[in-house]
Amino acid sequence: MTTRLEASDRAPRTTAEGHDGVELDDVCFAHPGRGRGAAPVNAVDGVSLSVAGREIVALVGPSGCGKTTLLELVCGLLRPGSGTLTSAPAVLMPQRDLLLPWLDALDNAALALRIHGAGRDAARASAQPLFGAFGLEGFERARPYELSGGMRQRVAFLRTLLSGKPVLCLDEPFGALDALTRAEMRDWLGTALTFEPRTTLLVTHDVEEAAVLADRIIVLTPRPARVAAVLDVPLPRPRRGTDPAIVALREQALEALGA
Amino acid sequence: MIAAFLILLVLIGGWEAYARLGHVDEFILPAPTQVATALWDDRGLLWHNLLVTAQEIGLGILLALVLGALLAILIHLSPTLRRVVYPLLVGSQAVPIVIIAPLLVVWFGFGIAPKLAIIALVCFFPVVVTTLDALAAVDPEQRKLLHTLDASRWQEFRWVEAPAALPGALSGAKIAVAIAVIGAVFAEYAGSSAGLGNVILQAIPQLETARAYAAVVLLAAFAILLFLLLSLAERVLVPWARRDTEWSRR
Repeated sequence: MTTRLEASDRAPRTTAEGHDGVELDDVCFAHPGRGRGAAPVNAVDGVSLSVAGREIVALVGPSGCGKTTLLELVCGLLRPGSGTLTSAPAVLMPQRDLLLPWLDALDNAALALRIHGAGRDAARASAQPLFGAFGLEGFERARPYELSGGMRQRVAFLRTLLSGKPVLCLDEPFGALDALTRAEMRDWLGTALTFEPRTTLLVTHDVEEAAVLADRIIVLTPRPARVAAVLDVPLPRPRRGTDPAIVALREQALEALGA
Repeated sequence: MIAAFLILLVLIGGWEAYARLGHVDEFILPAPTQVATALWDDRGLLWHNLLVTAQEIGLGILLALVLGALLAILIHLSPTLRRVVYPLLVGSQAVPIVIIAPLLVVWFGFGIAPKLAIIALVCFFPVVVTTLDALAAVDPEQRKLLHTLDASRWQEFRWVEAPAALPGALSGAKIAVAIAVIGAVFAEYAGSSAGLGNVILQAIPQLETARAYAAVVLLAAFAILLFLLLSLAERVLVPWARRDTEWSRR
C-alpha cells in the first residue's frame, strides 16, 4: 500500500496552501417539499463544524436525520440555504456502490481518471497497482455483478480515492454489507486511510464503526440535523471494537444519541 | 424449443386436415403439403426474391435503429423537442402506410430507397420509445456519482446514458422485426420489380396461392432469424443486461 496516487497530480486542486479542511458555519438546508404546496423539509439546521486536513470525522445520527444531505452539501451537490461552507474539493462515495455494469472492475475504479482525460490504457495502468494493494488482484476484468459485496465496495472506494480530491465523503460505505464483511471492511478502510491519508467525513449509524475509525465523532440529532455532541477519540491505531476505551466511547455516543 | 416444434406440427396437421377434408378451394387455402411443394418447385424464384426482401428489411431495420436511437437521444436532451416532436411522432404512426407508399415511390422510384423509407418509417417508433424509456430509467444516483467525479454533461452521456440506452434501442429493434416484414410487403405492393411481396402480388391473380403461401413461410422464417440475430447482438453488445428474453434460457 505504498503506491502514491498519480491521480492527485492530474486532478484539479485548489489546495495549494495546504487547506485540505472543511469548515461549516451555521449551515442550514431544507429540501423542497414533495407535491404542490407541500412545506419544505428541514434536513440540516444550523450545523457548525470544522474538520482539519487529514482528520477523520465520523458523523453519527439516527436514520434519515440528514447526514447524507450534509455530505452532499460538502461535495457541492447541494447549496446551503443559509450559513457558510468552505471546503477543499470533496468527492462523495454514495451509499450504494453504483459501479457501472458496462465497465469491468478496473475501468470502474479508473473512471475518475478517464473523466479527467486519461486514455483507457493509461488510466488502467495507474489504477492497477492499487488493485493489488486493495486485495482485488485478479479481479481487474470481472464485471461488477461477478464481485462480492465487499469487493464492490472496495472498487467503489478505490474509484473515490482515484478522483484525487483531498476530501472524502463516505456515506455509510458498509451499510449494505453483512455483519462479518462489515467488520472486515471496517478494518480494511482503517488500514487504507493510514496509507492513503485523506480528510474524511464518514457517515454511519454504527457507533462502534465510528469509534474504531474516527479521530472525532460528531453525534447528530434526529431530523433536522443539529450537532448533539462532539466526542474526541484520542486512541492509538489500529483499534479494535473490543478495546475497553472503544466500548466506553460507544456508550458515550449511544447516550448522546439518546438511545 | 421442442415444445414449440410440437405445437407447430399440431397446427400444421390441423391445417392439412382442414384443407383436405373441408371444402375450401385450394386457391383460397392451399394445404401445407402443397405449400411445401411450391417451396421446392419455385425454390430458384423464391430464393432470388428472398434475397431482395431480406436486404430491404435488414437495411431498413438498421436505418430505423440508428435514426430511432438518434431521435430518442435528441428528445431526451431537449425538453422542447420532447414537447414538440414526440407527439408528432406518435401521430406519424397513425398514418396508414398504404396512403403514402405510392408517394414515396414517386419520390424515390422503384429501387430499394422507397422500401427502406417505408420500413424505417414503421420500425423507428418502437426504437424511439424503448430507447427513451431506457434513458429515463437511468439511476439518478449514477448521475450524482458522475457529478461528484467532475464529469461534464457530455461525459455523463458517454459513461452512463449511452450505455444504458443501448439495450433499450435493441429491444425496440426486436419489436420492430415483425412490423418490418409487413412494411416490406406493403412497400413492394406499392411498386416493385422483385422481392417476396412482389411474388405474392403476382401469384395471387395467377391463382398460384401455394406460391404466395410459400413466400409467407419464408418471410416468417426470415423474421425468426432476424430476431435471433438481434438477440445475439444483444448478448454480445450488452452482456450486463442479460435477461430471459431469448428462447433458450440459461
